[in-house]
Amino acid sequence: MYDASKIILGILIFLVLATSPFWYSKATGQSDYLPDPVILTKDTPGKDVCVMPTDYMRSSHMDLLNDWRNSVVRDGERKFVSPNGHEYKKSLSNTCMDCHANKTEFCDKCHNYMAVDDQTCWSCHVEPKEEL
Amino acid sequence: MSAKKPTPADLIQIDFNPGKKDWMDAKIDFEKKRGNWNYQVLPKSAEYVGMPYPRKWSPADEDWKLPDNWQKIIFEGLRDRLDKYRSFKIFMDICVRCGACADKCHFFIGSGDPKNMPVLRAELLRSVYRNDFTAAGKIFGSLAGGRKLTVDVLKEWFYYFFQCTECRRCSVFCPYGIDTAEITMMGRELLDLVGLNIDWIGTPIANCHRTGNHLGVQPHGFKDSIDFAVDDLEDITGVRAEAPINKKGAEILFVIPSADYFGDPHYFGLLGYIALFHEIGLDYTFSAYASEGGNFGLFHSNEMMKRLNGKIYNEAKRLGVKWILGGECGHMWRVLHQYMDTMSGPADFMEEPVSPITGTKFENSKSTKMIHICEFTADLIKHNKIKLDKSRNDQWRVTYHDSCNPARAMGLLDEPRYVINGVCNHFFEMPENTIREQTFCCGSGAGIGTDENFEMRMRGGMPRANAVQYVHEKHNVNLLACICAIDKATLPPLMEYWVPEVEVGAIHELVGNALVMKGEKKDRTDLRGEPFVGTETAGKEEEANV
Amino acid sequence: MKALYSFFAVIILIALAYLGITADMTTFFGLVLPYIAAAAFIFGVAYRILIWAKSPVPFKITTTCGQQKSLPWIKNSNLESPHTTLGVIGRMALEVLFFRSLFRNTKMSLKDGPKIVYGENKWLWLAGLVFHWSFLIVIIRHLRFFFEPVPEFILLIQSLDGLLEIYVPVLYMTGVALLMSVTYLYLRRALIPQINYISLISDYFPLFLIMAIAITGALMRYTPLRVDIIKVKELAMGLGSFNPVVPEGIGAIFFIHLFLISVLLIYFPMSKLMHMAGIFMSPTRNMKNDNRMKRHINPWNYPVDTHSYEDWEDEFRDVMKEAGLPLEKE
Repeated sequence: MYDASKIILGILIFLVLATSPFWYSKATGQSDYLPDPVILTKDTPGKDVCVMPTDYMRSSHMDLLNDWRNSVVRDGERKFVSPNGHEYKKSLSNTCMDCHANKTEFCDKCHNYMAVDDQTCWSCHVEPKEEL
Repeated sequence: MSAKKPTPADLIQIDFNPGKKDWMDAKIDFEKKRGNWNYQVLPKSAEYVGMPYPRKWSPADEDWKLPDNWQKIIFEGLRDRLDKYRSFKIFMDICVRCGACADKCHFFIGSGDPKNMPVLRAELLRSVYRNDFTAAGKIFGSLAGGRKLTVDVLKEWFYYFFQCTECRRCSVFCPYGIDTAEITMMGRELLDLVGLNIDWIGTPIANCHRTGNHLGVQPHGFKDSIDFAVDDLEDITGVRAEAPINKKGAEILFVIPSADYFGDPHYFGLLGYIALFHEIGLDYTFSAYASEGGNFGLFHSNEMMKRLNGKIYNEAKRLGVKWILGGECGHMWRVLHQYMDTMSGPADFMEEPVSPITGTKFENSKSTKMIHICEFTADLIKHNKIKLDKSRNDQWRVTYHDSCNPARAMGLLDEPRYVINGVCNHFFEMPENTIREQTFCCGSGAGIGTDENFEMRMRGGMPRANAVQYVHEKHNVNLLACICAIDKATLPPLMEYWVPEVEVGAIHELVGNALVMKGEKKDRTDLRGEPFVGTETAGKEEEANV
Repeated sequence: MKALYSFFAVIILIALAYLGITADMTTFFGLVLPYIAAAAFIFGVAYRILIWAKSPVPFKITTTCGQQKSLPWIKNSNLESPHTTLGVIGRMALEVLFFRSLFRNTKMSLKDGPKIVYGENKWLWLAGLVFHWSFLIVIIRHLRFFFEPVPEFILLIQSLDGLLEIYVPVLYMTGVALLMSVTYLYLRRALIPQINYISLISDYFPLFLIMAIAITGALMRYTPLRVDIIKVKELAMGLGSFNPVVPEGIGAIFFIHLFLISVLLIYFPMSKLMHMAGIFMSPTRNMKNDNRMKRHINPWNYPVDTHSYEDWEDEFRDVMKEAGLPLEKE
């Protein structure tokens, strides 16, 4: 007794699962997709510099937003001074979204790509009307 | 020479702490460990059945007179078995040493010896396998858990593979079902390749091969024993039964372990069978050629098991029986249930077993065509085909010991209980961790029930005895019923050692006691010759559940 | 000692990866080695299974943990002693998904009397179950790095895993559970004398390795060592589609994490971790207890020398005749 057919079936199942990273995105045709978040700035002069460097924002913007929320909601502290000396108001809807005005074209791009749940923002904030 | 026997008080001082020393560099001092191992096989027996390298040697000697190329023989044997048994290969590879099996082994519980933890028993072999059969072991050696095969390692194998009763309790608890019995069987086969075996395996095998049974009883001696039992039964009951031997054309061939006609208390079970078959008018025959259901070949090697087992189907074919009935025996049923059909079948010369009394078709044995006596009797009782007076067993307050093999290699759990409840008023179960699939071994199975191994047997039997003591103290139990010939041989000394007030008996002794026979004499006694007691108080006490 | 060896082996691996990254060997650690590791794992596991499969199962040696199927009025336990294919599937499912056998675990202790007591002991079962399930969920969550678009079920698993909604980014329960259970699995090896005694280097090594993988992963998610996961996904997708690139600027911690995983994958097929596949092929669990109903075939069932009836009668004819036993030949 070898049960060869059952074992081969088992190995096939294993191979299909274990190689899924190699075929899934090929199958969906999305294997070379890269998110291209677009910054659609409202016409707000002088705000061409972000509150923090891009590298930091790419990996850790959620830390900053979380800090802002805590200090605003709990301490009423709304002033933020960036490393290069600019002063900003701690506000998602105003400060952040003044420049990054379009949620679908900016936030969602990467969040969808990485399957990140952004309810931390939008369970309290009203999603902006996207006029642009 | 012989070991002095320790008292229970000495024996119970068990240290379960294995210490810090690496288990890989140990050496057994056989002289010091007398009482914990078995004598070597006699060259005469080994020669008779062609076991390799028969010679005079003793485990207590420094020099075991191994063949010069013994390592090569072992390695080739190991390779051969890895290629033949997927079980062995997988069990060598996948153990994670979680330790769940550790305190499940009766020998570990009774001795505290860390190498009696099933995981380590297997590691004794696994370490050599890793060293010489795996890439990691060949490169990293001991860092990968490998160990060189030395004479000391071989001696350790001999010591510990004959301290395992192949009871499979560890296999119930193992998350991967690793079965130490399988590993012990392989270990023993390898040892045998270089002529290392024990006499209580080698000599019964030689006897069985020659005469048909382990005791070496020749055909006329067998007939004497059966005739004697028939006379005895007549003295006890006043009923003259018939017990045919080698009768051609009988409907059923009845195969029992040879201890049933030579051992005590087995013998009372034999009286029970004969009485029962007489009462229902069964057309059956014993066989002097296949006069052994037990098969010590199981404790030797696959090949030896097959050589001895072949006789049963041979004889069934020669006598032209319709099917085979098997008596009370443990490892016998491991062979009959899990090996016989595969190795000696197909049994296409017989018919699917049907009880001639009840008409029940035993569909569970439609291929092997061999039925366990408890299945057969349970069916009789269910259909009210025999008249039973339970009160005739009122002298007994019974508990039941599941034998390892019927429990864990067959799943025969409720049939014996049904029979006991059908013939006794007072039945009490031992604690749940010690019965059914979790039953504890008698500590003397798989060929190691010898006098010289007394200490290890008492240690290994301790968990079983302890559970008996529990029901003895709680319910005043005085009879340990079982369905295994080795149990019946080795539980009495075990009981005497740990729980002296409890006796051991066969289930079919209880059946024979309760059986109301047509034409029986007024002053009939139980099968041990004791008058019946307590008829007036029958049925009033609390009962154990089934 | 054995634990220390394993511990330092993992420390050295971490140091190697760190040195390699500072020496700008990102192509090796980010692309070459992961490919080697994936191949070693996938082909290694399949190869090991085939090696096992090459040996036959000569006998049906089911360990019966419940009542057999016999008389119609006796209740058969088809999950513990299955006689049907469905029963075997059920038994295997319980074993693989819920560790049925380990659930039976007890702890023996010897009391005065002497009295042997079998206490409940479910800790190993619990820790084992938590460890394996959380590890599986962690792996499934990581598929978001390889799958585009990320399928619904991963989103669902993520949201269930983050149900506690504490911390930003949200804390995954399985991460905590994995670390806790792997720590427990180490501690029992360190502290229980018998388990300590049986443990080998190869028992500690995977524990420390997995611990290190979990810790580096957690550092990347919950601390300022955080890396840009968009780039990580770019790397992962590049690997998956065989267009490998190493984006600039991923922190060293990621490469350490990836290196340790690569080591685990390479180590897997040559280690006890193969129990993942072995459990499915264990003959005591995956076979029916229908031995007497259906003949099992042993492919190497060679003929052996039995003592035939004829030879036997020849040897004992005289005594048999004297005893009046029937004979084939007078």
